Amino acid sequence: MSGWRPTASVQVLERRAALLAQLRAFFAARGVLEVEVPVLGRTGVTDLHIDNLAVAGTPTRFLQSSPEYFLKRLLAAQPRAVYYLGKAFRAGERGRWHHPEFTLLEWYRPDWDEDRLTEEVAELLVSAGVRGQHQRLDYSDCFAAVLGLDAHAATDDELRARAAEAAGQPRAEWREQPRDICLDLLFSLAVQPELPAGMVFLTRYPACQAALARIDADPQGRPVARRFEVFVDGVELGNGYWELTDAGEQERRFARDIERRRALGMPVREPDGRLLAALQSGLPPCAGVALGVDRLLMVLLGLAHIREALAFAED
Amino acid sequence: MASYSTNEFRAGLKVMLDGDPCAILENEFVKPGKGQAFSRVRLRNLRSGRVWERTFKSGDSLEGADVVDTEMQYLYSDGEHWHFMQPENFEQYQADAAVVRDALQWLKEQDTCVVTLYNGHPLAVTPPNHVELEIVETDPGIRGDTATGGTKPARLSTGAVVKVPLFLNTGDVVRVDTRTGEYLSRARD
Repeated sequence: MSGWRPTASVQVLERRAALLAQLRAFFAARGVLEVEVPVLGRTGVTDLHIDNLAVAGTPTRFLQSSPEYFLKRLLAAQPRAVYYLGKAFRAGERGRWHHPEFTLLEWYRPDWDEDRLTEEVAELLVSAGVRGQHQRLDYSDCFAAVLGLDAHAATDDELRARAAEAAGQPRAEWREQPRDICLDLLFSLAVQPELPAGMVFLTRYPACQAALARIDADPQGRPVARRFEVFVDGVELGNGYWELTDAGEQERRFARDIERRRALGMPVREPDGRLLAALQSGLPPCAGVALGVDRLLMVLLGLAHIREALAFAED
Repeated sequence: MASYSTNEFRAGLKVMLDGDPCAILENEFVKPGKGQAFSRVRLRNLRSGRVWERTFKSGDSLEGADVVDTEMQYLYSDGEHWHFMQPENFEQYQADAAVVRDALQWLKEQDTCVVTLYNGHPLAVTPPNHVELEIVETDPGIRGDTATGGTKPARLSTGAVVKVPLFLNTGDVVRVDTRTGEYLSRARD
């Protein structure tokens, strides 16, 4: 039978091993504790855009799409800086930059906010071999520069019309799309390809794109998510938050996700009760970030497809 | 006809879009960090030949198109229609100029080509990749000039005009790549 060979070259595997060692050395030098948390969990995530892989058995277990909930439970038990470097899983994500099983580096810094964390992300990337200075850009500034649209103030209908146009589809197809999906489309198709080369931290996402970040007012008084994404040469490598610590607000966001899942006929995922209990007991203020390690390797080595970064990509 | 979800989109899949049968050329998975996943798809409209770019939300679906590529023998043209025959059952099909389009400049009677049928009717004709055709008009050949690499236009029996080496003459048979319109060699006779 053919197709048994590795999908990465020996040279890439050597660079990959060196990168993993470098990442661990970076955190060891800073006293951040490596923790192996389970990849099998009792619950998945309610997030509409993340589909957990369910593992058959009694009871059903879910391959974790990130170590986030376990790491937050650790922080609630003991506030110290922790990281996870290991596998994460997302069903159906396949493409040049996506693979259902991938390697994630995720870490949390108690008492930091997301601005301070971006500095450490930049230092980590430089230590891994990414060259050059980093710059910080405002999400809505980039949006306005490329599309001439105010991501905060534009009406839902304006966003729908522009999204339909960018997708090459009739407007009617986008008549009912929610605001965040229009922003996702416009960002991916139009804004991201225009990001400057080098390391870019995109900050102050619109409130509807908050996910698990806190929401605050920016200097102009607009509600923005305390969230950032890091790009290198236009490739999205990671996502970070000043973490939501309010158990009530977290519960409401879970409930809203579940309601939208029901309305869309998607599988309904139980909220993670243990995470909510940990938040109720008290999560210290903290910032956290998750970085795709396979993509980082791709960017460092100029690889064209994620399978070239993986010893054995799925067939 | 079955319908196909974005995760089944592959190059070559035939689907219906805006009422026209299309062939998927490329499907790129796009997903912003925390957001909705999309399929950015390039498709060829099989009726017009034009390439479209459309982006779908992951999980959206398109109806399959009843499109079949069939090898047929080109028989003749009556000026209005081009006639083809399926060699296994001798069934004949006629196609008009809108269907034959660019293929007509390469069609030689008896040659086998691919006729794309949509709901049982010809939709497009693809000539063989290589055809051998006779030169019917060109400047007189320069004897012995096989080395200078110069070319001249030559009109072939089907009407196509291709660039050929200077030494060739009217009556010579040449082999041409129909995808590029380029002269390949002199046909062995």
